[in-house]
Amino acid sequence: MTVLVQARDVRRDYPLEREAVHALRGVSLEIEKGEYLAIVGPSGCGKSSLLNLLGAIDAPTSGTIEIEGRNVGTLGDREVTDFRLRHIGFVFQRFYLLPILTARENVELPMAEAGVSAADRRKRSIELLTYVDLGDRVKHRPAQLSGGEQQRVAIARALANRPSLLLADEPTGELDAKTGKEIISLFARLNADGTTVVVVTHDESLARAARRVVHMRDGVIVQDEVSSG
Amino acid sequence: MRLVLALASLRRNRARTILAVCGVAIAAAMLLDMVMLSTGMRESFRQLLLSRGFQIRLTPRGTLPFDTEASIADASAVTAKLRARHEIDLVSPVLGASVHVLRGDSSITTFALGVDPTSQGDYQLAAGRDATDPGSLVANEDFLRATGARIGDTLRVAAGFDPQLRTHSGERALVVSGRAKFLYLASGQLAVAIPLHTLQQMTGAAREDRVSLFMVRLRNASTIDEVKHWMRTALPTIDVISTADAMARVDERLGYFRQLSAILGAVSLVVGFLLVTTLVTVSVNERVGEIVVMRAIGVSRAHVVQQIVLEGTALSVTGAVLGTGLGLITARYLNTILSRFPGLPAAIDFFLFQPRAAWTAIGLLTACGVLAGLYPAWRAASLPLASTLREEAVA
Repeated sequence: MTVLVQARDVRRDYPLEREAVHALRGVSLEIEKGEYLAIVGPSGCGKSSLLNLLGAIDAPTSGTIEIEGRNVGTLGDREVTDFRLRHIGFVFQRFYLLPILTARENVELPMAEAGVSAADRRKRSIELLTYVDLGDRVKHRPAQLSGGEQQRVAIARALANRPSLLLADEPTGELDAKTGKEIISLFARLNADGTTVVVVTHDESLARAARRVVHMRDGVIVQDEVSSG
Repeated sequence: MRLVLALASLRRNRARTILAVCGVAIAAAMLLDMVMLSTGMRESFRQLLLSRGFQIRLTPRGTLPFDTEASIADASAVTAKLRARHEIDLVSPVLGASVHVLRGDSSITTFALGVDPTSQGDYQLAAGRDATDPGSLVANEDFLRATGARIGDTLRVAAGFDPQLRTHSGERALVVSGRAKFLYLASGQLAVAIPLHTLQQMTGAAREDRVSLFMVRLRNASTIDEVKHWMRTALPTIDVISTADAMARVDERLGYFRQLSAILGAVSLVVGFLLVTTLVTVSVNERVGEIVVMRAIGVSRAHVVQQIVLEGTALSVTGAVLGTGLGLITARYLNTILSRFPGLPAAIDFFLFQPRAAWTAIGLLTACGVLAGLYPAWRAASLPLASTLREEAVA
């Protein structure tokens, strides 16, 4: 297998007035292409901080993070933004769709930013919405969609530019159990189709769906287990 | 896509956007009116002075046309001297006086211009024929309305009145030969034009061969300095006022107007700027989560700034365009009120529409809109992604 992400001795401190908070205290992690990995642990253990670093929306205080062989911590704002656009897909707990745009337009947004032609954007956005079973909801605005449907639109948006890495932060956190299961199975399907998926979650059923589970506590990885199935 | 996003963002809070556009429109209307006021009266006065092609006015030393009762003596000789210059195309001598139209025991006082009908530049004939006959006059609409006279009627007109003896002097029967629009007179002012020689005779020895001013038209405007120089040498007791000189004097007198309009125009700009900045800032603050997520999924900082600046610009441009219409309507209304200002020619426009003024107002407000959007846009685009996402999640 090819290594997609390599984190080496990553530390992340958040300076506060009196003393710094050490969110990550030397995390090293390798993620291979095609993996489905869940990061679990109690609140404040550093899961989301690690996900932000893996997604290049934050930079480590020390240590290095390489994604597809590029040290993202050394990239300037313009380069790292472009890197995120083309290589990383994000799914957030609160969906964060733009309420003023339709489902299709929300999915088109990253493609428009990447310079994809209007015709190609339209074609791919409809394909992606169909993939997440929302082919009949392309013209609906977020307010006209349920929570699960909004999260599926957010997943379609994350896949728009064919990212090599899909990151999800508590993707079932705002959903009821039934809808959460639909999202879990969608992630499994995505991974089966070749997408590398990393999820941060408290949801045990979502974690169980992953083939590899990384347990964190107090800013360090305490267990890294790979399921045999 | 950025324009679509910007417009969609404005549509999200329609009521707020409409109110903001109305506010910008009012600021734009005021700005346009102030720009029109600062240049309009001056330009309108200049156009009026040049409307009949006379570039030079000759007045008694130290006066402006009809400012005082002073007059120029030996008018015939001066006229002949002026007409002898080959650079001069036309000379129009004008005498101003008050005359009384007698009606039984009462009389109506009116302003009279003694003119040479063949060279006059004070009125435009609207009906009938010009006062070429020594016993005729042309009158304006206000005069005809006040006296009830019509073209063809004969009026008894006197040039003098002794209030102690209550007798009139210089009485003459004059036939109303035509109706005219007088160019330089105030709104509602009663006026007649009488052949110069007739009016001089009526006013008696005191005004014999005297005029209030000469208007001079040159064959070639480029000779104006040369002719002025000659006039000042040849006619030392007369003031020579070119259109440029008159405009300089108008500028002195209108200085307060211009300062006032500059201050009010600047206030309008500041109000428009603050309005757009406030609205865009509030709008951005409400969308911090969305903006940070856009940045996280790869939308560049420059594009976020562009989108937010576009919102401010769209508000300003829409407001400015609506404000232009509103400004023109209010300018017309205010012009109607101000044109009744006593002593000013009715033909003067305080608010003269000039396309340049409209473009200036729209341009200034658009620039304000761009500037107003820059700060909140840059602030939003520079938010730290990870910590803002965490704060949004906690919120």
